[in-house]
Amino acid sequence: MKDKILSLSCGVIFGVGLVISGMTNPEKVIGFLSITNDWDASLIFVMGGAILVTCPIFLLLKYQVTSLLDARITLTEIKHIDRRLVLGSALFGVGWGLVGLCPGPAISSIAFFEPITFIFLVSMIAGILFNKYIAN
Amino acid sequence: MYNFTPFTSLIGGIIIGFSVVLYFYTTGRLAGISGILANSVTNKLNRFSNFLFLLGLVIGPSIYFLFNESSGTFEITNSLILIILGGFLVGLGTRMGSGCTSGHGICGISRFSIRSIFATIIFILFGIITVFILQQFGIHL
Repeated sequence: MKDKILSLSCGVIFGVGLVISGMTNPEKVIGFLSITNDWDASLIFVMGGAILVTCPIFLLLKYQVTSLLDARITLTEIKHIDRRLVLGSALFGVGWGLVGLCPGPAISSIAFFEPITFIFLVSMIAGILFNKYIAN
Repeated sequence: MYNFTPFTSLIGGIIIGFSVVLYFYTTGRLAGISGILANSVTNKLNRFSNFLFLLGLVIGPSIYFLFNESSGTFEITNSLILIILGGFLVGLGTRMGSGCTSGHGICGISRFSIRSIFATIIFILFGIITVFILQQFGIHL
């Protein structure tokens, strides 16, 4: 039960952060990717602000083996850069540049009631399932 | 840079960071949104918790709109081809590459993961190239 309340709460906090940061607006993300024309550097401040909080805390919790709710912490320590990481990130970058939505803002965009974002969400889930299909 | 909002973006980023830290410290899981979404679709383990996190992503902005006069700016392309292709590539790419802006860009970088730093550079670079090409065709402004 605690796990569910915390998941919901963290989602709400994350969503509030996203909307305040301006990243729920696809045009603003496109503005960040548009370095040759009216560049909007705001996204750097979003990532910077988040990392400012997460970096010291992750360092403090580096040797933590169980979470507060007694879940085992298993973080992957894969170090090598493989073809899937490079190709996947490149494909994601292209999709991100085409519309200006990444997964978080794409889900938060439901709050704006724009019908076109539902088509984006369905396509995104199709992409997720397609990856599962080709990975098997 | 007339749209530049360093202050509100920094505040928003700090709030996102707080969510990531709270989620990790309590549940032991990393708040990578593409992973949470994929798991809520394809994995039975923690399915309901993952779904609740996603629900929170919608409730958060909705609450914010209740207390703010403006209902937020939302400008998106109206091209169905871009939407469908973009959505598909974001879904496929983030899962093939094991992360998105939150998973690699925030969680990974703050853990000094070489893979995440590399992934973040690649997706930002390809995003920049894509926007540049579309602008040459007059598609993005």
